[in-house]
Amino acid sequence: MIDLDKVNEVIGRYKKVEGGLLECLHAVQHAFGYIPKETLDLMADCFNISRAEVHGVISYYHDFKTSPQGRTVVRICQAEACQAMGSRALTDYVKDMLGLEMGASDENYSLEAVYCFGNCALSPNLEINGNLHARASKDNFEKLLKMGASL
Amino acid sequence: MINVYVPKDTASISMGANEVADAIAALAEDINIIRNGTWGMTYLEPLVEVETANGRIAYGPVRPEDVAGLFEAGFLRGADHDLRHGLTSEIEYLKNQERLTFARCGLIDPLSIDDYIKNDGFSGLSKALKLSGQEIIDDVTTSGLRGRGGAAFPTGIKWNTVLATKADQKYICCNADEGDSGTFSDRILMESDPFCLIEGMIIAGIAVEATKGYIYLRSEYPLCKSVLNNAIIIARQEKYLGDDICGSGKSFDIEVRIGAGSYVCGEETAMLESLEGKRGMVRAKPPLPAHVGLFGKPTVINNVLSLASIPIIMSKGGEFYKDFGIGRSRGTIAFQLTGNIKCGGLVEKAFGITLGELINGFGGGTYSDKAIKAVQVGGPLGAYIAEDNFNLPLDYEAFSEAGAVLGHGGIVVFDETANMKDQAIFAFEFCAIESCGKCTPCRIGSTRGVELIKAGNLELTKELCELMDTSSLCAMGGMTPIPVKSAMKNWPQDFKDV
Repeated sequence: MIDLDKVNEVIGRYKKVEGGLLECLHAVQHAFGYIPKETLDLMADCFNISRAEVHGVISYYHDFKTSPQGRTVVRICQAEACQAMGSRALTDYVKDMLGLEMGASDENYSLEAVYCFGNCALSPNLEINGNLHARASKDNFEKLLKMGASL
Repeated sequence: MINVYVPKDTASISMGANEVADAIAALAEDINIIRNGTWGMTYLEPLVEVETANGRIAYGPVRPEDVAGLFEAGFLRGADHDLRHGLTSEIEYLKNQERLTFARCGLIDPLSIDDYIKNDGFSGLSKALKLSGQEIIDDVTTSGLRGRGGAAFPTGIKWNTVLATKADQKYICCNADEGDSGTFSDRILMESDPFCLIEGMIIAGIAVEATKGYIYLRSEYPLCKSVLNNAIIIARQEKYLGDDICGSGKSFDIEVRIGAGSYVCGEETAMLESLEGKRGMVRAKPPLPAHVGLFGKPTVINNVLSLASIPIIMSKGGEFYKDFGIGRSRGTIAFQLTGNIKCGGLVEKAFGITLGELINGFGGGTYSDKAIKAVQVGGPLGAYIAEDNFNLPLDYEAFSEAGAVLGHGGIVVFDETANMKDQAIFAFEFCAIESCGKCTPCRIGSTRGVELIKAGNLELTKELCELMDTSSLCAMGGMTPIPVKSAMKNWPQDFKDV
């Protein structure tokens, strides 16, 4: 069950923020790890818009998740600068190792595509639980994953 | 106390700068570790510097395991070591640049407002506070500054339009949604010299009579968020933001808003929708954002580097800035050398340098030591350029004539192992993933494009490119054909036997 008091506290902070729905969604996701469906009506009320509009915003943006994510979130850059340094092969390796397709989650891991971390002089890049690692490779991925998961 | 500089930008941290700083701190007590921004010599990160009587001596790239050896060699005295590069200011990569917008990046502690002021900071603002809005804009017009986000629209004209539009509220929106692959110059500026962006925005606000500014920052840049928010708090405390800026009676304040992983929100009207808390759907123009922008009010939308170029233009004058560059491309532009390149990083140069000089001169060729096959300039919507075009001067008009774009100055190098058919397919795939869906050519065309190339139907692909180019609502669908067509034209052999 979602703690509705907590939801109201988080959402309430954005009531007076003009155009604040995105900020509010980030805060809800930060608090719960995803956007629970129970929060949609409350946000709709807060910003005086329809539930459908809130849903429309959530579904538009890649960042917003509507279900719980794995304990360790691995994000790999799929854009050109990393492609030029072998991110396609690295991605295949990571998919195999985690047993997940891009965009999929299990209890332990979530695997996501990112289109550029802005660290393109040190490609390929991947991020584990929010920590960015440059010059990632098949050789160092396992070590990075262990390190990242234990943090 | 000896000053030791260890950078704290995303790139150096991703290479272990925090661990390096810890290792240095553990081995010496009588030193002062300063976490500066980055000089943009990314291939040397983490680049540790020691302040000596002769200047700052650079060592890099320093790994945590190198630290003990540096101490043994006597690096605190600037002694010799395999990683030593001599004086930072004498490193060719940096010395051969023209640092105007990025003059303070790497030099200062990003959150020290004293450092900022000691290095010319806020001198542009104090000059602007003595001028009328029109006089400020005239100086910006004289400088020849054009939008650094990629569209290269003259900044002075944009500001004039907003100044001439009467309204009870106007806004300055800084587009910090640097989504192009192969670009990080906005990030470096925001992480290494945040007050410069803040100063540029204040001047813009004073010029067009706007009192509120937003920085629309992409969510992939968490460090920028914290640096900017801290810098804004400091600027408020020091009376550079808020009511009565520096006792002038003028007001301006800034708020940072975070995007949510949508590339198309870098398009200015999609960005406005997103800032209003909506789906990032592109708006039809007209009306221009300068007339009807954020929350329906007149709005200046400028890229980070356009705004960060304003302080030096104000402080040294439009004529000074205009002296750099060639033709109608005036001033400097920040190039970013990325992908398969030996010496990747940020190179600020006056317009007019050639692609070859950048890639082979500054960049030192490919990281893999293999031959270069293709170079994509200007992000995912930019052309793939072959080596026979490396003498192309980097200016807006020359690139436009060659069917390419300079965009935000990102340069991605691919070696001979790249398959250009895969890159063309990716261009369409990326468009399909990131399209806002408002116009059909972009929403449907991108998916059909992937299918057509995979099926080997190049004739129909060309027709589709023509259609997307002429009938898409914004640059997302309109420019996706650029990388596709350039790949097909320059590397036809990669598209055979399908």
